[in-house]
Amino acid sequence: MTLEEKKQEIIEEFSLYDEWLDKYEYLIELGKSLEPFPEEKKTEDRLIKGCQSRVWLDAEERDGMLYFSADSDAIITKGIISLLISVYSGRTREEIATDDFGFVAEIGLKENLSPTRANGLVSMIDTIKNLAENGR
Amino acid sequence: MQNYQKQMTITEIRSQFPILDTCVYGKSLVYLDNAATAQRPQAVVDCWKGLVEGSNANIHRAVHSLAAQATEAYEGARDRVKTFINASAREEIIFTSGATASINLVASSYGQLFVNQGDDVVVTVCEHHSDIVPWQLLCERKGAVLKVLDVEEDGRLNPEILKKLLTARTKIVAIAHISNVLGVVNPVKELVSVCHAAGVPVLVDGSQGIVHEKVDVQDLDCDFYAFSGHKIYAATGTGVLYGKRKWLDAMPPYMGGGEMIETVRFSGTTYAPLPMKFEAGTQNFNAVPTLVPALDFAESARENPEVQAEQKAILDYIYTQLTQDNRIVLYGTCPEAKIPVFSFAVKGAHHEDLALILDKMGVAVRSGQMCAEPLMDHLGVTGLLRASFAPYNTLDEAKYFITSLLRAIEMLQ
Repeated sequence: MTLEEKKQEIIEEFSLYDEWLDKYEYLIELGKSLEPFPEEKKTEDRLIKGCQSRVWLDAEERDGMLYFSADSDAIITKGIISLLISVYSGRTREEIATDDFGFVAEIGLKENLSPTRANGLVSMIDTIKNLAENGR
Repeated sequence: MQNYQKQMTITEIRSQFPILDTCVYGKSLVYLDNAATAQRPQAVVDCWKGLVEGSNANIHRAVHSLAAQATEAYEGARDRVKTFINASAREEIIFTSGATASINLVASSYGQLFVNQGDDVVVTVCEHHSDIVPWQLLCERKGAVLKVLDVEEDGRLNPEILKKLLTARTKIVAIAHISNVLGVVNPVKELVSVCHAAGVPVLVDGSQGIVHEKVDVQDLDCDFYAFSGHKIYAATGTGVLYGKRKWLDAMPPYMGGGEMIETVRFSGTTYAPLPMKFEAGTQNFNAVPTLVPALDFAESARENPEVQAEQKAILDYIYTQLTQDNRIVLYGTCPEAKIPVFSFAVKGAHHEDLALILDKMGVAVRSGQMCAEPLMDHLGVTGLLRASFAPYNTLDEAKYFITSLLRAIEMLQ
């Protein structure tokens, strides 16, 4: 699936739910389904700054593609990072670095988070972009 | 007390707070973040608006009529505060921008004169950052030692333990009347008495205490009492420092500027008498007078039997709900000193997730460290969820909060 197709899939997925509580249920499920993140990788340099809950993000490059892994101690935040990973894992550095991350606005995620959480989301996006542009 | 002569029902009280009719995400707002800031009654809004629209002029100096009105309103608020906390003189009431500024004033000015290298200052582990950091700054500046009083298991401070901490070098003790996290009333009178027996003055951070307790500074015998206006229904940017005259007289000015001087010469300046000595620069004269209707409201609510009964019912209900569920850990459990401020952790559910889901159900609560990181470390948690109630909250809202909380917990587990 191309990056655009994947984004479209998520936008459609989100449009199925009218209520924000249902969207949270969906994010919680996404959070729970995230692959376990090794304890030894939960280091200070993998922590995303600007989040109130703790979020760790790691990237690995294989065959020219970036693969992300992540964890958080808050499940909705974990769902959000899981959503981002599902879109951007397995893409090239260039694809990620040049993307506008506009689909996040399209699903209304940022607007419906508390200000601290919204800042956290911005930090997650910045970190993903940074990893693509500069590597770790 | 003009506005509140009649004893109001809670429905009538709620109608004084138009913001309570707000809808969030299509749900009726249930505002339970009162310990962060209270809502303002219409009388406060009207007073605020009236001052801006009708009598905006700089206070004290000018001879014109508008200035006289503004000065009268401002100084009237000082008299109202004096009565409200039963200070012995109006000169003991200093207006500041809030409790933080009040505490910084004391730490800086009292500290400059009385705290020296090798002395110690005592704070408690359950203080808000604004009653820790000013003292830390002072200790760093002076080479003094900051000592920390622990809190008991039930959330109260113990005068006997405080007694053991005091030495001949202790220059001041700073304690919260009520911790903004633990929500239990500390035995301030006993704590003060222990300190005075050792010759040590006491500053009380009354940010929460002023809202929930009838404060009589002469009875408490504390040396300083600090609080913010916005937590007790007044405009933001208003605050009070009460100080015993003997200290305020001895203390050097905190900030220099207009209003706080007697004569200014390059050869030396003399300072205005109290309270102006500590009120440098243009004061928040549009906002300070809102303390009058705010404190009127606070007093009428406190003395209203219907409010008392509802608050008691809320307290009992929430306390029972939060202590009988083994997934929930409530902090600050001393039953006889508990006020309706509840901070708790839920096993297996992050406080932020809970707050986020509750928000979508219309319930405004606080999550996180609540400006009390040392207390969070002491309790061994990364943060808590806090629900704090005001006289306009109802038992129905308390029940809706618990139902919503249980639903949120189900979603997360």
